[in-house]
Amino acid sequence: MEKSIFRFVLRYSTRQQVVVLVLTLLSFPFLYYSLELPKQIVNDAIGGQNFPKEFFGFEFEQVPYLMLLSGMFLVLVVINGVFKFRINTLKGRLGERMLRRLRYELYIRVLRFPLPRFRKVSQGEIIPMITAEVEPLGGFIGDSIALPVFQGGTLLVYLVFIFMQDPILGAAAVSLYPFQGWLIPRLQRKVNQLGKQRVRAMRQISDRIGESVSGVSEIHAHDTSAWHLADIAHRYGDVYDIRFEIFQRKFFIKFLNNFINQLTPFFFYSIGGYLVIKGSISFGSLVAVLAAYKDLAGPWKELLDYYQAKEDIRIKYEQVIEQFDVPELMPAALLASDADPNTRLTAPMVFSNVGFGEENGPKILDGVSCTLPLDGHTALVGGAGRDEFAMLAARLLMPTAGRIRVGDQDLSHLPEAVTGRRIAYVGQNSYMFTASLRDNLYYGLRHRPLTLEEGDDRAAERLRRAKEAKEAGNTDFSLDADWIDYVSAGCDGPESLRKRTLAILGMVDLADDVYRLGLNGTLENDTNEDVVTRILEARAALRAELAQPSMRSLVEIWHPERFNNNATVAENLLFGSPVGPVFSVDAMAENAYVLEVLQKVDLTRDFLTMGVQVARTMIELFADLPPGHQFFEQFSFISSEELPDFQPMVAKADKDGVDSLKPEEKRRMMALPFKLIPARHRLGLIDDGMERRLLEARHTFARDLPDSLRASVEFFVEDRYNTASTIQDNILFGKVAYGQAQTGGKVGRLVAQVIDELQLRETIQEIGLDHYVGVSGSRLSRVQRQKVALARALLKNPDLLVINEATAGLDGASQTRIHDAILEERKGKGVVWVLHRPSMARRFAQTLVLRSGQIAEHGSYQELDKPGTVMHELLAAE
Amino acid sequence: MSLAEEVELLRRIPMFTNVETSKLKLLAFTSERVAFHAGDVLFHQNEMGSSAFIIVAGEADVMVDTPNGPLTVAKVGRNDFIGEIAILCDVPRTASVVAVTDMTTLCISKDLFFRMVTEFPQMAVEIMRVLAQRLENTTRQLREAVAHSASHPM
Repeated sequence: MEKSIFRFVLRYSTRQQVVVLVLTLLSFPFLYYSLELPKQIVNDAIGGQNFPKEFFGFEFEQVPYLMLLSGMFLVLVVINGVFKFRINTLKGRLGERMLRRLRYELYIRVLRFPLPRFRKVSQGEIIPMITAEVEPLGGFIGDSIALPVFQGGTLLVYLVFIFMQDPILGAAAVSLYPFQGWLIPRLQRKVNQLGKQRVRAMRQISDRIGESVSGVSEIHAHDTSAWHLADIAHRYGDVYDIRFEIFQRKFFIKFLNNFINQLTPFFFYSIGGYLVIKGSISFGSLVAVLAAYKDLAGPWKELLDYYQAKEDIRIKYEQVIEQFDVPELMPAALLASDADPNTRLTAPMVFSNVGFGEENGPKILDGVSCTLPLDGHTALVGGAGRDEFAMLAARLLMPTAGRIRVGDQDLSHLPEAVTGRRIAYVGQNSYMFTASLRDNLYYGLRHRPLTLEEGDDRAAERLRRAKEAKEAGNTDFSLDADWIDYVSAGCDGPESLRKRTLAILGMVDLADDVYRLGLNGTLENDTNEDVVTRILEARAALRAELAQPSMRSLVEIWHPERFNNNATVAENLLFGSPVGPVFSVDAMAENAYVLEVLQKVDLTRDFLTMGVQVARTMIELFADLPPGHQFFEQFSFISSEELPDFQPMVAKADKDGVDSLKPEEKRRMMALPFKLIPARHRLGLIDDGMERRLLEARHTFARDLPDSLRASVEFFVEDRYNTASTIQDNILFGKVAYGQAQTGGKVGRLVAQVIDELQLRETIQEIGLDHYVGVSGSRLSRVQRQKVALARALLKNPDLLVINEATAGLDGASQTRIHDAILEERKGKGVVWVLHRPSMARRFAQTLVLRSGQIAEHGSYQELDKPGTVMHELLAAE
Repeated sequence: MSLAEEVELLRRIPMFTNVETSKLKLLAFTSERVAFHAGDVLFHQNEMGSSAFIIVAGEADVMVDTPNGPLTVAKVGRNDFIGEIAILCDVPRTASVVAVTDMTTLCISKDLFFRMVTEFPQMAVEIMRVLAQRLENTTRQLREAVAHSASHPM
């Protein structure tokens, strides 16, 4: 990368800089003339004589002449404005493009960092460098050439004018410039150093904050918050000191500048005045020089400010660049070049004398020579160096000695378009991207944009954006394109990829998980008519099953005229699913419309009484338990923190009646019955009469619902799909009954049976694939994440699959299942598997045994499993 | 059936006779009421158990597997507490229990049971008493059986 910002500017924006400069220079005469014109208006048109005056061959009387000049003035104002507007826009655009280019370049560098580099530089440092630290550069770049030229030119014009009036006064005017030019950079240098320190200190702070966020559970687990607070306070203190020092120096420089600038007029008055008195120069010239000098101050100040800004920016640029300009960067071509879609790696991968170690560090691998067939399976067991071996085979690391070849090609020289597509790697902790499960599975197929939908209405916009991206040196790959490489996955289109995905989910033991995610998923705005119809069919089929006597009591179906004992009172009242927070269970008692409905059917007082009863029972049951006891969370309507609040309220209600409660207390009491599930809580509060009245409230609620609230609830309708409910709830269309033996399991089996009969399982799994995995996959378990990573690697259909203890976290049974399925799937294709248990090597054609970074033994399992071998020791230790 | 009625039921079970009402209420509230149809299996022999049952209504057979097929060794009914051995000492179920009539039970999960016992030592003492009584019964039966076989040598 360019070492200095000026080289960067010149290399990528010379043409645009010239345009800005030319425009600036072109604006100059107009600007000059617009300063000149007022004088002409005052002196010639208003105060002038000898009319008519000639102007471009025409003669003008005084008033028309005044109008003419005033008109010209107006035109000049417009012209100057337009110039300024254009120039500023150009500068802004230029700056933004250069900033975009710089950021893009820095991001590429991050992608090109060799992996060991990430042990030295943290996320907390990289992010602010690319985002915040380079931000001011954009504003500066637009001005970087035009401003000094423009202001310098102005300065020069004024200087020439002064010299023409009187050389001595001219000399006096510039006499201090050399001094200033010598002093200011010296003072500035110290400020620059402080600026550097400040940037470094801020980076460390963002690094510390990043660390605190990542390690927050450790902070709480060890009560070290005070230590962290002290640490950060100390660092803020450092920054404060640096900044304060910068202010002092910066403002001192300003003060000095101002002083020196005022010193010159002192010379003018004293020396110039003396010369006028002596008669050496005319009074008029002194006044003219003084006026010119006043104008001089503007550009001079601009130039000095520019100089300070330039120094600031220069340091920022250099400090950012030095972090990204590391010598061992991966060659850009490896990342950028594309490969033929039919490229395959077929020849065995041969390690010859491969060594790996960090600079000045111990050698982790040393003199490793072996052959990994890409049509058979190799197991790797043993000690240190296993990770590095696996990562070298996947070309995630480059050997520091020796060579790895595939056929006649050096693995280090193959572009990532080959290694990243034809080799798959699954480590022990696989990363999930914050997207849907499907996106994470297809992630390994997103290499290049493939096809674009032709002729859609965004084509023009896409073209514009691509052109703009090119201007800033960014890639013009469209995000709208289909990026999924079906061919390399061994599929011919979305449909066959879908089939293959489902097959692979089975292999990695993830099919049931995805099915369950699907059941708990929702459909997006009933987009898919067919799916909706079939889910409604499933609802009908399940209803038929539930009609059997033995099944009847498993699910209590929603019925508009019947109270559902297995649902909360709130659900019974809504008879629908809340959409958004308006009608959520916790918000019911605060919702004005709900309260209005209760009032209409005269239930307000009953809810209040029920609330007091619930609270009384809760106090009786839970008051003796220590706060924070698990029972509160599992069973209580009232949290342990709130329970003490309710005690006096209940006492008051018992003594003086419920009417004596304050409005706020009433509200809290009324919130309780909404959560009641009669069949589960068995508090005996909802009798037949109450059921009838709640049904009445349900009808009133639906009938009088104002239009503004209609979108906040989706009612249960017998033959309509409910988009606010999960797929499972849509199929059940009711609540699983409490108080039946093993209902959960029975209902689950029944639902599964119905789904299989209607061949809906794949559809449900498809919906499960839309499950959003959360930030870095946090909504999946660790085991699930590993399974997704394995599926992602298998889906790529690679020539070599490298698995580095990826199944270590799984339980024994599913480990065996997954190993069987993967080895079966990869029959005749390359596998390198780093095993956490050596006995698993039995099923591999070849086993490599690592010890102290070297291959101690290799051969088939049978050959190695005999007394005296390292393998034998390892097996014995297992 | 409401909570109050369940509490009354619990009170009639010897193990809970001396436990305070409010504790019994908590037990009833936090346990699940589970119904079984005649012929349903509450649990199978040799399964790992995760809950114990208090029979509120109905009857069940306690059966053990023998080489000659299942053998009914006891009958349990209202107010009996069953399945506690498997959750107390983490062994598989020692027998199967099959509903003879429609049954209503209170199902107490292992977690809940242990929490109640640790929370209320009084209950633990009662459970010990019942278990000790059972042990005494079993020992007596064994003694009688031994005496019986001694007096009638084969």
